[in-house]
Amino acid sequence: MAELTMVKALNLALHQNMEADPRVIICGQDVGRDEGVFRVTEGLYNRFGESRVLDSPLAEAGIIATSIGMALYGLRPIAEIQFSGFIYQGFHQIEQHMARFRNRTRGRLTVPMVLRAPYGGGIRAVEHHSESKEAYWVHTPGLKVVIPSGPRAARALLHAAISDPDPVIFYEPKILYRAFREEVPDEPESWEIGKARIVRPGNDITLISYGSTMRVTQEAGDDLADLHNIDAEVIDLMTIKPMDTDTIVQSVRKTGRAVVIHEGHRTCGVGAEIIARLNEQAFDYLEAPIRRVTGYDIHFPYFSCEQVYLPDAERIVRGAMDTLNY
Amino acid sequence: MPRRKLKLQHEVEELSILDVDGQVDTALEPALNHDELLRIYRAMVLTRELDDRMLKMQRQGRIGTFAPCRGQEATQIGYIYPMQKEDWVVPSYRAPGAQIWRGWHLEQILLFWNGYEEGARTPEGVNDLPVAIPVGSHPILAAGIGMGMKLQGTKQVVLTAFGDGSTSEGDVLEAFNFAGVYQAPVVFVCENNQYAISLPRAKQTRAETIAQKALAFGYDGIKVDGNDVLAMIVVTTEAVNKARRGDGPTLIEAFTYRMQMHTTADDPKKYRSDEEVKEWEKKCPLLRFEKYLINKKAADEKLLQEIHQDVIDEVQAGLERFEKCCVPQPDKLFDYTYAQLTPELQAQKEEFLAILAQRDSRNRKH
Ligand SMILES: Cc1ncc(C[n+]2csc(CCOP(=O)(O)OP(=O)(O)O)c2C)c(N)n1
Repeated sequence: MAELTMVKALNLALHQNMEADPRVIICGQDVGRDEGVFRVTEGLYNRFGESRVLDSPLAEAGIIATSIGMALYGLRPIAEIQFSGFIYQGFHQIEQHMARFRNRTRGRLTVPMVLRAPYGGGIRAVEHHSESKEAYWVHTPGLKVVIPSGPRAARALLHAAISDPDPVIFYEPKILYRAFREEVPDEPESWEIGKARIVRPGNDITLISYGSTMRVTQEAGDDLADLHNIDAEVIDLMTIKPMDTDTIVQSVRKTGRAVVIHEGHRTCGVGAEIIARLNEQAFDYLEAPIRRVTGYDIHFPYFSCEQVYLPDAERIVRGAMDTLNY
Repeated sequence: MPRRKLKLQHEVEELSILDVDGQVDTALEPALNHDELLRIYRAMVLTRELDDRMLKMQRQGRIGTFAPCRGQEATQIGYIYPMQKEDWVVPSYRAPGAQIWRGWHLEQILLFWNGYEEGARTPEGVNDLPVAIPVGSHPILAAGIGMGMKLQGTKQVVLTAFGDGSTSEGDVLEAFNFAGVYQAPVVFVCENNQYAISLPRAKQTRAETIAQKALAFGYDGIKVDGNDVLAMIVVTTEAVNKARRGDGPTLIEAFTYRMQMHTTADDPKKYRSDEEVKEWEKKCPLLRFEKYLINKKAADEKLLQEIHQDVIDEVQAGLERFEKCCVPQPDKLFDYTYAQLTPELQAQKEEFLAILAQRDSRNRKH
């Protein structure tokens, strides 16, 4: 066990998987000699060389599509998009090829690859470096979407994503890259994709989130207890698709109230899907309408205003109190 | 059917006029009067001074991360010089000197990198687009603007600039193609500063030059010493004139060097040697132009000093205006999403403003 940041934990998963399986290769911009702009690929170029750690030309469509090709051929590519805001340069390859091969070829050809990208705001970055548009991928059949919120989960889920038989979009909350450390086992650890986790058990209300907003959601859970004597249950989805419907339904059947929290835009965001499922499976148990605390339906602001755009504990507490006082 | 060789014209010109010692090739030297030469010089000095100040400010936390352009002053002032007011420019993010030349306010450059949308608002009377952060996404907009000019039969020209890394993006190759197919009045300038973050030019493309990429699309490419402002002016003027005549696009490869880090978040020691940087220091675009000005008696040391001081004052005044403009405007965040705020967005805006008001009143109490 070592105390690692999320960056180091992801790096550990990459090292161990490359060590264990020669089919695993890495590609992306500046992932080699530069070791990634956030240093997630540290040490890999030196250890495995340029034949397995590819410094790609500056072309996201190329990075994504050649990874699809390598995956079809039998390799296990892990492609990095430097910032999720530039994944759209390869959107058509994800939608038209990555997501579809299994279905199109009736299972004969598959695309077991991982597409990693840092996402989310809060780091005073320039335009296009702060968006949270995971909903695009959740909308697309054939893709899995994983978004960890801490070092241990990041490592264990990346491990699972690499061995998954289907393409996985793996979004990393960059605000949490170095925000805190966690115990991470030395031995390879894999967590099942598609499972949520109750990070704080409670009885009065359920707060559901994932990725970059998990910390403020947990903070809100603590504040509700300290300031309002409310016992909130906090759930970290970890996988957005396939979603662990059971865990959230069980929780809301118990608490009767819920708030969903994410940075992405509200309309057709992940929260809308969560609420639809709760509506379908926990309707009779609901004491109040479910609230959304999310990014607004505007372009992510330049950073002088990013803090007022991002959900914070105060907004979450407010949403929870509205629900409780309904 | 025989198997035979197609005879294709495969030539790329290369041009340099002013060498590193400030010696000029008089046969190629453009006819610019002393006032013009000094205007060009001043713009290059302004670019350098702003860059230096921004680096200091970034280190002090007074602006956010930005992309320094030291070493690329001749490239940007050279290609912007021939552009007329009625023309359009689709700029790169590493050429603030070119933007200021076009009429952008100095404080806007700082506002953009300090997280204020006003930095991207094209000033009244200027035709240009703001810088695009997604690499290589904008040259094809220039192709479209050029197609519009052609359709409307105007005599305007559009120029767009982008880095060497950008030429790997599909959109850039599509831009080259559309401009060629429609013979649009576009000037493409690749600011080949040898690196795309850590990736050296040689690993970006197998091609020997970037200029030659134009040949595949049916028009000329030319490689220019990008640290030679005279060569930049000559080549861009030719390309602009050609476009204005209706003879279509040109691709200019400005061969230069990024003297600083990619952005202030980058550590270039990881991927390039100090010796390499030192070699390029000798090719400084400003030093050689100063020698030229003095040899030509367009200026003496004293005049150059005065210009420097004048530029320092201008930058200082811009920084002071900038600091006054650094007032976040959260109430404006919703207003430019559509021509008219939609009812659903209006509702979100009200929710947002209520939260802000509550926060403000609480902060005041504390
Ligand atoms: C589409 C896209 N991909 C990746 C990035 C991240 N990024 C910013 S600048 C850069 C390198 C650009 O190199 P080049 O085009 O040569 O221009 P330079 O920055 O050297 O002027 C990269 C990879 C981005 N901004 N946009």
